[in-house]
Amino acid sequence: MNPLSRSRCLISGDSPGPSALNSQETPCERAAPAQAKVVVENVSKIFVTKRGSAEALANISLQVNDGQFVCLVGRSGCGKSTLLNIIAGLEKPDCGRVLADGKPVTEPGADRMMMFQESALFPWLNVIENVLFGLKLKPNLTRSERFEIAEFYLRLVGLEKFMHANIHELSGGMKQRVALARALAPNPRVLLMDEPFAALDALTREQLYTDIQQIWEQRKKTIIFVTHNVREAACLGDRVLVFSRHPGRIIEEFVIGLRRPRDINSVDLANYTSVIIRALKGTLGFESRGKPLGQIEVAALSS
Amino acid sequence: MKRFLYALSFFILLAVAWHMAVRAGFWSPVLLPAPESVASYLWSSILDGTLEQATLVTIRRLLVGYCIGLLVGLPLGLLTARFKICEDTIGVVALGLQTLPSVCWVPLTLLWFGQTENAMLFVVVMGSLWSVVIATDNGVRHVPPIYARAARTMGSKRFHIWYAVILPASLPFLVSGMKQGWAFAWRSLMAAEIYVTILTGFGLGQLLHFGRELNSMDQVIGIMFVIVVIGLLVDKILFSPWEAFLHRRWGTAGS
Repeated sequence: MNPLSRSRCLISGDSPGPSALNSQETPCERAAPAQAKVVVENVSKIFVTKRGSAEALANISLQVNDGQFVCLVGRSGCGKSTLLNIIAGLEKPDCGRVLADGKPVTEPGADRMMMFQESALFPWLNVIENVLFGLKLKPNLTRSERFEIAEFYLRLVGLEKFMHANIHELSGGMKQRVALARALAPNPRVLLMDEPFAALDALTREQLYTDIQQIWEQRKKTIIFVTHNVREAACLGDRVLVFSRHPGRIIEEFVIGLRRPRDINSVDLANYTSVIIRALKGTLGFESRGKPLGQIEVAALSS
Repeated sequence: MKRFLYALSFFILLAVAWHMAVRAGFWSPVLLPAPESVASYLWSSILDGTLEQATLVTIRRLLVGYCIGLLVGLPLGLLTARFKICEDTIGVVALGLQTLPSVCWVPLTLLWFGQTENAMLFVVVMGSLWSVVIATDNGVRHVPPIYARAARTMGSKRFHIWYAVILPASLPFLVSGMKQGWAFAWRSLMAAEIYVTILTGFGLGQLLHFGRELNSMDQVIGIMFVIVVIGLLVDKILFSPWEAFLHRRWGTAGS
């Protein structure tokens, strides 16, 4: 069968979602469907370029429950960022659909805030004005309420002293903190993070791992986090989904049972990391091509 | 303060050198008048009101023409950046007409409008409009797409993205384009005033023209001096604050 043909799409955009989803026998999708915050149903995406077409995503299905921290790992070009963009509504899938809180995603919305690898802060605004940008788009807030909220989140990321600083005066780590505050301020239910720490130095990154875990627990967010750094994924995620590329699909899923807050340098984490890396390289024993979606409790392996 | 003193002494030195050159008699005083005679011309024309009158007339023409150029040029530039069809039509026209020295409009303008204020305005608008269009277009194209993406995830929609993201993000280009538009407007107005005598008011260019006709070089150089000073003042008053803002926010010289 031609891998690019549309006939591979199992569900078209308007077909009934949850029933079709439940028919797929994967453990993660059977778990508490009522709490599903984000549901990805049979999403495929094909990029057509001059040199040919590439299947960026092939029939991806996943469910992220309320308050979960889910990491997507894979080599560059495996389509994990594309999937995040589709969940954000910035890109449209060629087939399949995404549900956020049960509603189909058709466009970007403030309920699913996105953070990028580059901070994407606006240089014509200062720090607090950047944080206010998303708040100004929320109705029913007075001016002083907006300021209060913006200040609160700047305090949360530890940058209240830099409220009136210009963006170019901040270091890379500070920029990402402001971007985090900007994304959190409108109180989105879901936070989508596209390699937000990839451009930072190791020490700054470690600090941010601690911060993001704290904020996630305090603010009770659902986070979908894309990275190519396996250790980072194991450190942050409740679940780690491993992507293959050409075509992009989920080949493994790991549940990370470590207690939080987790230290990126801990030995336990290293054990998880090595297992995930083997999955990523395709050398993990019980991962085979015939079994596209498996789930392993790594907690048993690491001891 | 130190900088100011240095600058001041530089200009005093320049005037002294000029004075000495005239005193040495290298050139006929008809061709190169002494700085004091230029100063005395300026003083007397201020006293009898001709200079203020002419400056006022010129500035009014310039501001009205320039504002029209901005008001028309900005949306046109947004259109050419946004729509392929506008890029292939208006964009090409803008690019072509920008290369046309605006003094070339003068003959046509005279036939169309006659010796009227509208003729002046038309030349100024033609002088400034196209560079504003091109700068706006260029600015919008240089906005990193990630800004719009970030804004969209925050719930920003079409119109809001344009005025809250694309426009401010292209400010560095817009300001330099506005500055260039201003320079072109200023040049084209001077050209038009020198060529076209209009009975509804004499501008600086016309004073310059009469100075030549009367062979009074002190008037010619005096008016040139005024034109330069106005140019400097406008730069400081109109554009410096913007450039300072760009420098502060972007951390660059703001192109």
